[in-house]
Formats: sequence, structure tokens, C-alpha cells
Amino acid sequence: MPQDTSYTHQKFNVIGTRPKRPDGIDKVTGRAKFGADTSAPGQLVGLILRSPHAHATIRKIDTSKAERLKGVKAVLTSADLPDLTDGDRAMLDILENCMARGRALYDGHAVAAVAAIDAQTAKKALKLIKVDYKVLPHVTDVDEAIKPGAPIIQDWVFTAGVEPKPKRPSNISQRTEFGHGDVEAGFAEADVIVERSYKTEQTHQGYIEPHACLASVRPDGSGELWVTTQGHFTFRNICSSLLGMDVAKLKVTASEIGGGFGGKTHVWMEPVALALSRKANRPVKLVMSRDEVFRATGPTCSTSVDVKIGAKKDGTITAATAELRYQNGAFPNIWGMLGAMTSFACYDLKNVKSIGYDILCNRPKVAAYRAPSAPMAAFGVESTMDLVAAEIGMDPVDFRIKNAAKEGTLASYGPTYGPIGIGPTLEAVKNHPHMRARLGKNQGRGMACGFWFNFGGQTCTDLNIGIDGTVTLTVGTVDVGGSRASLSLIAAEELGIPYDQVITNIADTASLGFNDMTEGSRGTFSSGMAAIFAARNAIEVLRKRAAQMWEIPVEAVVWEKGEAKAMGKKHGNLPQLSLKEIAAKAPNTGGPIAGHSEVVADNAGVSFASHICDVEVDPETGATKVIRYTVIQDAGKAIHPDYVEGQFQGGAVQGIGWALNEEYIYGEDGRLQNAGFLDYRMPVCSDIPFIDTQILEIPNPNHPYGVRGVGETSIVPPLAAIGNAVSNAVGVRLSHVPMSPPRILKALVEASGS
Amino acid sequence: MRFESPTTTREAVALLTRERGDAYVLAGGTDLLVRMKLDLIEPDLVVDIKGIAAMQSIRTTASGTRIGAAVSCAELGENKKLKKTWPGVVEAANLIGSDQIQGRCTMVGNLCNASPAADSVPALMAAAAKVVIVGKKKRRTVAIEKIITGPGETSLARGEVIEAIILPRRPPKSGDAYLRFIPRTEMDIAVVSAGISLKLERGVIKSARVALGAVAATPLLVPAAARAIVGSKLDDAALEKLAAACSNACKPIDDKRGTIEYRTRVVGVLARRAAKIAYQRAGGA
Repeated sequence: MPQDTSYTHQKFNVIGTRPKRPDGIDKVTGRAKFGADTSAPGQLVGLILRSPHAHATIRKIDTSKAERLKGVKAVLTSADLPDLTDGDRAMLDILENCMARGRALYDGHAVAAVAAIDAQTAKKALKLIKVDYKVLPHVTDVDEAIKPGAPIIQDWVFTAGVEPKPKRPSNISQRTEFGHGDVEAGFAEADVIVERSYKTEQTHQGYIEPHACLASVRPDGSGELWVTTQGHFTFRNICSSLLGMDVAKLKVTASEIGGGFGGKTHVWMEPVALALSRKANRPVKLVMSRDEVFRATGPTCSTSVDVKIGAKKDGTITAATAELRYQNGAFPNIWGMLGAMTSFACYDLKNVKSIGYDILCNRPKVAAYRAPSAPMAAFGVESTMDLVAAEIGMDPVDFRIKNAAKEGTLASYGPTYGPIGIGPTLEAVKNHPHMRARLGKNQGRGMACGFWFNFGGQTCTDLNIGIDGTVTLTVGTVDVGGSRASLSLIAAEELGIPYDQVITNIADTASLGFNDMTEGSRGTFSSGMAAIFAARNAIEVLRKRAAQMWEIPVEAVVWEKGEAKAMGKKHGNLPQLSLKEIAAKAPNTGGPIAGHSEVVADNAGVSFASHICDVEVDPETGATKVIRYTVIQDAGKAIHPDYVEGQFQGGAVQGIGWALNEEYIYGEDGRLQNAGFLDYRMPVCSDIPFIDTQILEIPNPNHPYGVRGVGETSIVPPLAAIGNAVSNAVGVRLSHVPMSPPRILKALVEASGS
Repeated sequence: MRFESPTTTREAVALLTRERGDAYVLAGGTDLLVRMKLDLIEPDLVVDIKGIAAMQSIRTTASGTRIGAAVSCAELGENKKLKKTWPGVVEAANLIGSDQIQGRCTMVGNLCNASPAADSVPALMAAAAKVVIVGKKKRRTVAIEKIITGPGETSLARGEVIEAIILPRRPPKSGDAYLRFIPRTEMDIAVVSAGISLKLERGVIKSARVALGAVAATPLLVPAAARAIVGSKLDDAALEKLAAACSNACKPIDDKRGTIEYRTRVVGVLARRAAKIAYQRAGGA
């Protein structure tokens, strides 16, 4: 059957209902098996030695004493990890991030590893490894890193995207530019121009489960890896490539995942665990401490952003520009480019230009974090939008509505939009009772918009029908937010059976074809699409089996409401055959009944959200409390509304933490000062109000059910929504995130001159 | 590492005195176990004091209230009488950690951990609490402000343990309060804090004690801040003088939790607010 992905206005039976998720009981009773919850006979404890220096040359590593310690089975340095990347610099960067190669590039960079019979011995062995460092000057601030004389972090990096090609290495790894029209001419037409600079500090995804894995490599070169990950197929490909293993000979199983938010789309120590296991010829379990998670994995960029917007008195934006400097950590990536692409995506602009710079610093390799790069750009743009609205005396919601992108708009990053949700979310804001609620003393309200691309990618699924008619859906996308429930709903919908008759499992890499990671809000979108096609393929088989049982031509059999129905005058009087009845006869009609599908799910459908936020600021201490919060977002179609709302709420909560208190604090020595949850101040439950949600459904034309990804967009507006609310509460504009009490109080004191 | 659970204070003292390596006292363990897990310390001996009867109870004596060193902060919060007599002290103790931590942590542990930001200490200093120290040769009772000498440092001699805290009898027309600033609502450590205890006579403050946390190397008792409000009915001028005295007394640092500028300003704000609560509790208008 051809796979038609276009939206069909299908009427639904179970889609949109809210059944319980299949993994819920295990998770609330502690039975679920996460990354650290498995073990193997004879397993060793792996530990990693990390650099205390932000930047240093490693002159020598003496592992001899550690190797001689009783109970130590393997000691590993980069000498055990030869470069097999064949000139692929991005792959070599991954390897070098997992284990330093002659230089330490940030505080926490792995320099050696051990595997020993127990944790005590492993700890002792780490202390016996002697590393001879030559400490080098370091830089951790994104603006300092591009000043003349700043220490160069990667001498092979020459700024890409500038002409002529630079002759000297630079901490700016690339410059990218997006936009259209003539911004100079646009600004000349403006009645009002606002130009302002912003900074955001580095934050971590803060997943509660630290990175953990159990690696086992056999003497024949095959191996297994149990790991907490957002994408075990990708982990398999990267690990096997870095270690010179055959892809098919490394079986990777994804554990239950205790949060990822992008941070578990990258390998951090899995190749090291495999290499330790290979060297020791024993299984090795490696579990990071929280300190290691903060120092050496995951964070998103710190940024420095300049925004300029010009508008006419009637509210028409005539031109908009942004220059965005994103700190990538010690290895080059595309985070600044994504910031530049997303910055003005909400608006229909005649003249627009955004320039992104990717900048290296002596900080850990930056990882994806939920709509990576978009929140910081939105903070700058959406704060400036409020300032422009105030200058021309227009309501900030009306100002945004007037300039909102719509179907047919040429997006600032290139494509022309199809049907999109920014306008409808803004109209919903305008009509929401939250906007009319009264504010008390020291309280203020703000709103902001956000955009995310969403991603589709490679997916495949298997659908198997059991002898009793229950259905197993096997997918390769890790369930990070309730996708097993959503995918079961989709299979049940297609087959015309109840939700309880379907169970969805996540397969290991040996059991299914390649699946891209659960990233880009693609889990339910792409695996859902593949599940639809797998179910439709299974229905074809079911029809054939029914035809066989009835001994009539298959063309006379249709599938309706979970049953085979014979059509036409000749056969129409046959009693229907249920899925259960056909399944029971499968051994005699040709064997197991299954459907398979593989897709590259294109056109994921862009996503927009608008958030409203009320805060109360204590003017004497600068403490800010979020007292009411509303998320309005386009879901395309909410398969399981609970988990759509959960995504809306989760993104808002992470955004609130980022906006108010979370930040990486580096000392003069280039060391991270707050590598723990005590001083990395993520909000606790009592810091957060109930997050109200409103789901809009503007169907994605490129998905049979109209689904759009929903996981990421909700973290984009909060920084700006809270910034706007704080400014409205205290009358002072905050331009540095997090808006922590000391920053707010300082701004208030400066403004009042007291 | 050796682990011992003596049943008398004398036995605990003997164990600690005899040990030649690094010996630590374990009450709730909410600081000690964290430091062990972070590899900051590697004890040779850990002496658990939770089995010692003299350290387990809250008792009213002729001189006041005696709180055993192993009494958890949750128990303080469940003791209605104590809560009524020394609400500021109990509030401070109950701010430490989470519900789970509350069930284990103790005020004496908080004191001996000797953090400048210890929540219960400024409240106990304002309350003029004393501690009963038992050593190999003698037992002594010392004012609480004499214990912490620097971050992580105490005046306790080798082998000495604190058996109990003594809160004085509450005089009539008196009240206490403790406030701390944290950027979150709970499970955090004070950026700055203030504890105040005061006594009224016909609505006028007759005597007062003011103690500040997280603004110097140790919690500070600030007599000048007390003098700023004694003789007043806590009018605005007195409150301003109080805030200024607190800001003057503090010697904070810039760190990951706050800035010098911030702490210096907010310590006055908290002192004002705590003074108002204490004044009201004492029956002032």
C-alpha cells in the first residue's frame, strides 16, 4: 500500500482520549529499570578521572600505580582509543570529549578511566593516576572569548561563513546569516526604533537520572550496551564507529529514561565504558555522579544577543535585526545558527536579518536542550517587541497579532509557511480570562511567543498480532514523555480495537531497523506515522486471512471497526470476523499476522506557542514568584491530551527555572562553582504554580492525523514572558537571565538611585 | 572505618578520645553522610549518638528547656509547648532541608557543622541558648555563640561532645522570630538570615538580642542592632536604625549564593521583618 502521509480529516474513536500509560505503575512503584538498574555477572565498576583545570596541556599520564593496585582490571587513557574517524572532525570531537587527547579543554573533561572490582578500589585507583598538566590561560565568557588576545581553544578552527577565508584560528567557529529584504531601508521607514542587548547564562537540562550504562564487549569483538539514552540506534552507530566495531555486532538496549530534554542525545561516557569492558574483558558499569553530570555533560549555551526592531506608529514592523553570540563549549556546533534561524520565525517581516555566531569557550560541550537555542533568541526578540509596543503606545498582544506570520509568509529563515498556529495562539491569548484577571500590589503580567521547527526523520515499526488478538507495537523511539500510550492509541485507532488490546514496546537495536532519536519533538509524530502504516499493512494481512477463512476473494473483504466484513450481494450475509477470531486461526491460515513499516517522516510541521505569566516581585529583596501561568500552543492534533499538556507544562517549568534562578557559575579559576542541585537552583515543586494549558489543533497537512510535535516549543517563550512580567511589575527592564534576586534588586536600586 | 553506637555520653566520649585517626559524631547524618559520599572526609571512626538516652528527649527543667543532641528537627516542630515558647527557634530548625531531612537532622548537628549559613544557629543565639558539653574530664555549659569559630570550625576540644541545648525560660511579654532569604521556597541554604528575640515592658522593648546568618565567617551576634531597638516601640525610625546596624555589622563575601551588595542590603530588610514578628509575638501592637 502506498504510504500517503497527507491529512485526511479522519473521524476518531480513541484518539484524543486519556487512558493510563503502560509504564506508569512501574514508575510510581519503583519497579522501572533505569540506566543504573541492571547488572551483569562479574561486572566491574567504572570511574572517570576528570580535569580540575579549565584549559591545560596534558604532558604525561602515569597510570602505573593504579594498574598495580589489587582489584583494578583496566586503566584507560586516550592511548587506548585510537583515532579511527578517518578525517571526520565531528566524530573526533565526540571521541575527544569522551576522553581528553593531550589537552584538557574544560573543568570536568575526562582524562583517564578505571574499571575495578568495586567502587572503593576504583576510587583508590583514580587517586593513584598522576596527570602532569601544564595549565593554560582560559576563557569562559562568551563575549570575552571573542576579544583580541583571548586564548584560542581549538587551533584548527577558522571562522566559517566569512569571506575571504580567515588566515588565523578563532574562537568563532562559524558565522551564519538569515533573512530577506533591505533592513537599512526598513529602518529608514520606521517611526520608532528600539535597540537593546541581552545576556543569558548557561543552564543544564537537569534530568534527575544521571548518565548510566552497563557495557559488555566479548573477546570476539561483539558487544552489548544497556544505557539511558534518547536514541539507542544513534548511540550504537557512534560507539561502534569510534571503537571500530561492526554496527550489527553491538546491541544497544535503551533503559527507561529519567529525563533527557536533549542531553541524552549525545554520548558522554558510553564509548569509554565499552573500551574499559573490552580492555578488562568483563562487563563494566559506569554511573555518573551529579557533579560529573553538571561539569561534563549537557548544558545549553550561554548567550549574548543584540536586537533592533523598527516599527511604524500603526504597529507595522518595518525592519528587524539580531546578532546572536552563542557559547558552544569547547567544541564547535551549530547552536548560534539555530538561534539566528528561530529568532524572528513568529513574524511576517518585509525586512529582516539575523546573524549567528558560534563561539568556543572553556566550558563543557554544549548539548541540545529542548528547542535548543530558541529560548535565548526569543528572550531578546520578545523583550524588544514589548519595548517597541510601549514606544508606539500599542497593546503588546495587538502589536504581535498585527505582525504575526501566517500561511504564505516567507519565514525569516527561508521557507514559506503552510497553515500555522501563531495567529490563533495570539487570538487565544487575547480572549483568555487570564488576561483580564486583576493584579495585586507588586504584581505584573507579561506574555511572549515562541517557535520551534520540529523534526521527522527515519523511523520503523513492527506490529504483531498475538494468538488471542492482542497487539504488540514495537517501536525504536525511546519513550521520554508518554509516547507508548500515544502510539498504542494510534494502533488501536487504525485497527478499530480498544486501547487496552495494544501494548507498545521499545525494541533494542538488534530487533528493529534504524530509528532516529527521540529529539526534535519527533517521537509521537514519526513513530505515530510509522504505526499508522504498520497497522494498515497488518489490516491487509487480516483481510487476506478473512478471505481465506471465508473462501472468497480478498477484494470482497473490507476492514471496519475492528472486524472483517464481506461485501456485495454474494457474500454480504456472512457474519463478520473479529480481529480476535482471525488471530485465533492464524496458525492454519499462513502463520503469524504482522505489519511492518519504515518511513522518513518529512514535513514535521512547525510549532508555535504563546504564554501568559503573572509574577509578584518583592521590591525589598528582588525575589520573584510566578503566581499564574498559561500556555497556549498548537498541537496539530493531540493524540493523548494528558501528555500534550504534560509537555506544555514541563517546558514552562524548565523555562521558569531558567528565567529566575538556574545558572552555571564559573569562578575566576575557570571551575564550575555550583555542580549540584543545592546551588544550581532548579525550582522545587512549591516554587511553581499550576500551569494552565490550552491546546489548539491546527492540523499539520503532512500527517494523516494532523499531528505536530509538541515537546519543545513550550520552553521558548518563558524567559521573555517572565522578563516582560517582571518589567511590568517593577517598572524596570531586566536584560540578563536569570533574573535572580540579586540582579533584580541591583536593577531596582540603580533605577531608584538610592 | 569503625562504626560505634554507644548508649551513654561517657562511652561516646571515651570512644572519641581513644581514636587516633579521624573521628566523627553521627546524629542525623544529613551533613556527615553527604561529606562522606562526596569524598570530602574519610572517617576512621563514626560514633552514632542516637542510642544515648540523655540525648533523645526534650525536657522542661528549672532553668528552661533541655533539648537532647539527637532530637530531630521534626520532633521540635511536633512539640506544641516548645513551638509556643520559642517559635523563632522552632521555625529556624524546621527550615532545614526537606521533610525527609527534617526527620533526621538535629540542631546540634547544624551547630557542629559550623556553617556560617546554619539556619538554627542565629535563632538559638538570639534566644540566648547554651550548650552542655561533655569531655573526658569535665562537663561544662557554654553560651552558644562561643561554639562556632569559623567555617567548619568549632571550639570543641578533641573528644568533647555536645549533649544538649538549653533554652532559657521564656520571660513574660517576650517573643522571637527567624527569617532567612532563599531564592526558592524550600530545600535551599540561607543567602542571608536574621534571628531576633526581644522582651517588652508596657509595649517598649526592654531587652533584645539580634543574630545574623550567612553574612560573615560565623553567625554574628550584633549587640549594636539590639541597642537600636531597645527603648523603642519598634517605630519606623527604630526599624531603620536596626537595619542600618545589621548592614554595618555584616562582613559578607561574594559567592555563588549571593553578592556582598545584596547580602548587606537584604540583611537589614530581614532584620526589620523579623523584629516586627517578634514584637507582635511578645504582645506588642
